[in-house]
Amino acid sequence: MSTILLIEQILNGLQFGVMLFLMAAGLTLIFGVMGLINLAHGSLYMIGAFAAAAVAGWSGNFLLALIASLIAAAIFGVIVEMTVIRRLYKRDHLDQVLATFALILIFSEATRWTFGSFPLFLDIPAVLKGTVILPGGIEYSLYRLTIILIGLAVALGLYLLISKTRVGMRIRAGENDREMIGALGVDISVLYTMVFALGAALAGLSGALVGAIQSVEVGMGEPVLILAFVVIVIGGIGSIRGALAGAILVGLTDTLGRTLLPVLFSSFMDGSAATTVGSALASMLIYILMAGVLIFKPTGLFGSA
Amino acid sequence: MISKNAKRTVKALGAATALALSLGQVAVADGHAGKLKVGMLTTLTGGGAGLGVDIRDGFLLAIEQSGNAGIEVVVEDDQRKPDIAVQVADKMIQSEKVDILTGIVFSNLALAVAPSATAQGKFYISPNAGPAQLAGRGCHENYFNVAWQNDGPHEAAGATANKMGIKKAFIWAPNYPAGQDALTGFKRTFEGEVAQEVFTKLGQTDYAAEIAQMRASDADGIFFFAPGGMGISFLKQYADSGVDLPLVGPAFSFDQTILPAVGAAAEGVLNTAQWAPDLDNDASRAFVESFKEAYGRIPSIYAQQGFDTGLLIASAATKADVKDADAFRAALREADFTSTRGDFKFGNNQHPIQDFWVRKVIQLDDGTFINTAVEVALEDRQDVYATECALDW
Repeated sequence: MSTILLIEQILNGLQFGVMLFLMAAGLTLIFGVMGLINLAHGSLYMIGAFAAAAVAGWSGNFLLALIASLIAAAIFGVIVEMTVIRRLYKRDHLDQVLATFALILIFSEATRWTFGSFPLFLDIPAVLKGTVILPGGIEYSLYRLTIILIGLAVALGLYLLISKTRVGMRIRAGENDREMIGALGVDISVLYTMVFALGAALAGLSGALVGAIQSVEVGMGEPVLILAFVVIVIGGIGSIRGALAGAILVGLTDTLGRTLLPVLFSSFMDGSAATTVGSALASMLIYILMAGVLIFKPTGLFGSA
Repeated sequence: MISKNAKRTVKALGAATALALSLGQVAVADGHAGKLKVGMLTTLTGGGAGLGVDIRDGFLLAIEQSGNAGIEVVVEDDQRKPDIAVQVADKMIQSEKVDILTGIVFSNLALAVAPSATAQGKFYISPNAGPAQLAGRGCHENYFNVAWQNDGPHEAAGATANKMGIKKAFIWAPNYPAGQDALTGFKRTFEGEVAQEVFTKLGQTDYAAEIAQMRASDADGIFFFAPGGMGISFLKQYADSGVDLPLVGPAFSFDQTILPAVGAAAEGVLNTAQWAPDLDNDASRAFVESFKEAYGRIPSIYAQQGFDTGLLIASAATKADVKDADAFRAALREADFTSTRGDFKFGNNQHPIQDFWVRKVIQLDDGTFINTAVEVALEDRQDVYATECALDW
């Protein structure tokens, strides 16, 4: 395997990780601040992708589509928070899982009714099409590079929001002691709705970004949701920093595992068998990673003890 | 708060994942009380739902056109999950008392359901999945396949790759029974050299890593099998990757269910199947017309296979009572219906002997993308497993 290929695969892993981060950040934020397990997060991702595809089909403008995905997911987030989620904060985690699972079914079927069973068309905008040559002669997709940059920018933005602003201070306070900040006169329900909308918007953005290079279809959110759970468990539940580290770790492990394991196995097995065994093992790799992390750090890499 | 609830949280997360993995189920039932009951078990939700919907719609259209009020159809969703498929199939057989099961799209599900259905004395008539395991030694007198044995379209793609002048092929497929059959089928007819062989996860949506391997390989062509959403994702990402090796594949990777979502990225690509929407015969023309009128879209090969499956069952129902299994089986074997693909007959393993066509993706004047039939790739092709099947009739 050449160095160029290896670097390209590392970039691919990074891009996959960054996408996972956008999903996991919202999930972990919502869990950290409100103690809520939100299975419907994958549906918000799907809503973002469908909103983007619909707006792009109508206007032909990708930027408008991205904005639409943010707004649509945030609006649905707020509606869901105010009608359903709000009643769940004081309930057991299992109740939350059950209720938000019901939301997945409702959102999936509603989307199917609205848009039909067949995948929608959403394409990369013309300015981001094609490839760029990176230093060292690596040819890489401009769109994927853009995704990496957007993801890192969101990570930086979230960091600044949470550590430097008044809202961020309240979010941190909410994580630590919910009763106390309520007693200090902060309107906790507005704060919760805001955090939920922020998480939803990030999921929607991620759905729209990914929708342009994947298939925009009903049920697209659930596989990503499972990976996002793996990410926040590895990173430590409730920690944004953990979500970033976990996401990139999972992205790199999965991508590099997929390409390196079959090569590794073919050094001592015959071609077809090596491919089969290697790819079978590669698909388990992130779960093995998760189990490994949990053995040594049961609360995750950045989880508070 | 986190520390106190850590244990419960992990428990709840476990439950969360289990729930997310087993998305709910939707049932649609229609039809009338009658003497022949068909269980249509197919993928109607989640990824791959478009394929199941097409099979169902094509099938129901054929039953409706047969005008036989004695055929009742029960429709259920398998969610593309083997465990759900087995559960629903058992429910259909034991409490709904269906006589025939049909509908499954994916081979791993068919392998879980078909043997147990036939073991319980029911007929299983496959409108799509044709895994090698059920065509050779594992063939069964109550198992019929109206579509193809899985290898067929891929063998035709191998022959097409030879014609295209591909000498070193990069080949990949998802890692599940039909994916393995795909690569085996392709390699059987492809005369060049295989540069690299890759298996991906079933349902994988990001192919950046595989595309990077294609770029680094010295292949001069790519063969791939990626049904449903996987094909959409791959084609979009491939078109944007700057790799411009010629693509060839079975129709599943370029079918009518995915062309609208892929757009121009698929234009001009050659792919192989037993049928194309513009195939030159009366049965096909009538089918395409009536399907468009009923559902407002161009039928895919899945719809065509569902339709032919419906025709086959309806034809057998006019000749024999399904309760007399031997007579009904004999009626099925005759395949006395006008297939939309032209010539059609069953081999001894109850899989089709048929032509495979090369099709090309073109854009029509109104902007829609469609597959047009180019030429016959393999004529009167029978699968290689038939010789291993002990059935003799």
